[in-house]
Amino acid sequence: MTATAKKPSETEDSRRRERRALRLSWVDLFLWAIRIAAIIIIVVGLIGSIQKFIAGEGISAEGWRDLLVSSLSQGAMYGLLALGYSMVYGVLGFINFAHGEVFMSGTMVGFIAANWLFENGIWDSSPILSLLLVLLVAMVTSTLLAVIIERVAYRRLRGSPRLIPLITSIGMSFFIQYSFAGFFGAGFNTYPPPPEILAGSVTIFGIEIRTTQLTVIIIAIVAMIGLWYFVKKTKTGRAIRAVAEDKEIAGLMGINVDRTIVAVFAVGGAMAGVAALMWALLFRSVNFLTGFIPGIKAFTAAVLGGVGNMAGAMGGGVLLGLFEGLGPLLILGGLGIEGSTQLKDAVAFIALVLVLIFRPSGLFGERLGSEDRV
Amino acid sequence: MKSNRVMRLLAILGALALILAACGDGDAVDTTEGEAVATTEAPETTEAPETTEAPEGPPEAGPLGAVTVAAGDPIEIRSLEAISGPVAFLGIPNERATQMAINDFGQIKGHDVNLGVGLDDLCSGEGGQAAAQTIVADEQIVGVIGTSCSGAAIAAIPLISGAGMVLVSPSNTSPALTSDLAGTAGIDYQPGYYRIAHNDLFQGQAVAEFVFNDLGLTTAAAIHDGDSYTQGLAQAFADAYTELGGTVTLVVGVGKEDTDMVPVLTGIGQDSPEAIYLPIFQPAGDFIVQQFAGVAGLADTQLVGADGLLVSDFLAIPESEGMYFSGPNLAFGENANAVTGVSANDFLSSYEAEFGEAPTAAFWAHAYDATAMLLASIDDVAVELDDGSLFIDRQALRDSLTSFSGAGMTGGLACDAFGDCGSQEIQIVIHEDSAITDSTQLPVVFTFKGEIS
Repeated sequence: MTATAKKPSETEDSRRRERRALRLSWVDLFLWAIRIAAIIIIVVGLIGSIQKFIAGEGISAEGWRDLLVSSLSQGAMYGLLALGYSMVYGVLGFINFAHGEVFMSGTMVGFIAANWLFENGIWDSSPILSLLLVLLVAMVTSTLLAVIIERVAYRRLRGSPRLIPLITSIGMSFFIQYSFAGFFGAGFNTYPPPPEILAGSVTIFGIEIRTTQLTVIIIAIVAMIGLWYFVKKTKTGRAIRAVAEDKEIAGLMGINVDRTIVAVFAVGGAMAGVAALMWALLFRSVNFLTGFIPGIKAFTAAVLGGVGNMAGAMGGGVLLGLFEGLGPLLILGGLGIEGSTQLKDAVAFIALVLVLIFRPSGLFGERLGSEDRV
Repeated sequence: MKSNRVMRLLAILGALALILAACGDGDAVDTTEGEAVATTEAPETTEAPETTEAPEGPPEAGPLGAVTVAAGDPIEIRSLEAISGPVAFLGIPNERATQMAINDFGQIKGHDVNLGVGLDDLCSGEGGQAAAQTIVADEQIVGVIGTSCSGAAIAAIPLISGAGMVLVSPSNTSPALTSDLAGTAGIDYQPGYYRIAHNDLFQGQAVAEFVFNDLGLTTAAAIHDGDSYTQGLAQAFADAYTELGGTVTLVVGVGKEDTDMVPVLTGIGQDSPEAIYLPIFQPAGDFIVQQFAGVAGLADTQLVGADGLLVSDFLAIPESEGMYFSGPNLAFGENANAVTGVSANDFLSSYEAEFGEAPTAAFWAHAYDATAMLLASIDDVAVELDDGSLFIDRQALRDSLTSFSGAGMTGGLACDAFGDCGSQEIQIVIHEDSAITDSTQLPVVFTFKGEIS
């Protein structure tokens, strides 16, 4: 090969490489600009808040502490809800929009149980029994509904383009919402006030926490441990992990894929039932639209933590709760913006965007089935 | 090549069609300036308008045109209230009271009055606009009783006013719909709008005086939910409170659907205001009072609500005890509507007899007065023609409404130039026992009468 023959192709190649590098670097520059701007805003806001705190203005230590605990308990609830979204996405590859309604069904039917217990005096006389009963009712309802939805709406659609079950789930969501509106009416149903033992607050390590919020956090931890045990130690759990990894091979290995998918929906539904009890303790009022916004936020949390990843779903939920509750006051308040809580939904979703800009696969990394992995 | 020419031709035709359409609409509906529109023929657009176009001798219609009601046909008015959703407790009694007032008034010059199907304003701009579009499509409609919510009226009034019709509201209170009570029209004011409910500038002033003077609290915050009524009222309170010498620490909004109120309450608690005014609705109000206890900085804060929370479901919540509520003066007692002669107490008995329950909100009396005022004005201006039809000039109807004065169930009615016709009486009640869920039984602690100069 002569020297002259090399040169033109070399310069062409290097020119092409330069062009590609330039194109990449504009996008890169832009992303880096956003990352730096976000970091600056967050840091300046934090410093501002810390300065205000040290100067004794703004929110007191108690205030921050209450906010932290309240955000954590809400986040725990989002986390349990997010598990349902995450697991279904990890195994089947689509967003189950009806999961918010599965949660709502637990709250509504749980309300009937709680109301009955309250009217018969059992709510106040045996509070722990009552709560366990309401939990059972909520979990059974949510699990049943989730399993029914899978059987009726999604099983036939396995193997079809991902958009189809997604749209079906949207339709299912509306159907369930308005069925409940038809059965229970459109008004708000309020759970009876928490029984005596859950009223007031407890002091742990010198920190005063409202008993309902502490209960919610404990319930979440117990549920997560139970779920971890189920997934890691039981046969069904192993089957779920196998099916999530690769449906076809799992089927070839002798795993009953249909039954495993039903188990996935059932577990998601059960977690939604637990989340329903948490809602009852924290917010007490439910109606047929109660599942809509928590559903969207829980899905956001699942993506935040890494879709398909169960620890990610829980972690994403807690983080989203913290962003939503603490974010506006801590960062925007520190920048001197009054009434920053009006932006809390914006902050929560911007946080999602920022996390994905910094780490596109979510904070804890995503776990998708072989068909969905890029 | 050929397709290029075809495309160009189509584009030019399309542009021409758009221009013609724009010019065509121009002279049909925009009659608010009082421009002379074709007097004897249909002033509105394309459908067959007046039914009996008697060629000899109907009086000349004014600048807004007129409605001719054929012999034997009813006079058409409509009701536009929030009859579904969370504010249905307000809209349903309004609609029922409107029908009852029509029944009590009877015929107008031999013609029945038909209310038709009750329209839903959905307590939102979208609902108000959608309903207004169906209303203005029917040119026989003379006037509308509604809306329940100010936000819906703001969207509906441009259409209804543009069609020459009138809108008489029982319960809108936003100042933007009428005026600032100092001679400047509100930004959403349109001619043809009237209301019986008070102007919220008075309610804000009443609450400010009560909190600052009577309760002696010098710092306050206000919470609204973003819609024009709650935001207007919260701001009216803040302005009046500041003028009295108080300090407003924060005016902040929550979402109507929000459930977690701890952040916004913590934000308010930073400045430890002595009072919080929350003229919002359920369920946001429920979440706020339930999450209020224990928020840092709000231990001694007094909560004051408005009539959006004077609902039995809210009053039943134990955490609502100790709150004050502002709202229209409900001491109707023996007040009678001078037009129909029916007293408030008689109305309540008839209402309970017909519907099996007491009205769920306080504005039924305003709805009754609004309907009676409209019917009396129609009666005033309607001209009977030789063939038995009735000729109702739209501008004359507006003039009659503007000059209306008389006694109503809600007090003395007299309209100012911008449509505020109500007696402007505000009262503040206290809620001490959550076993009492009937808002009419709460003890009154403060009354206020606004004077319109």
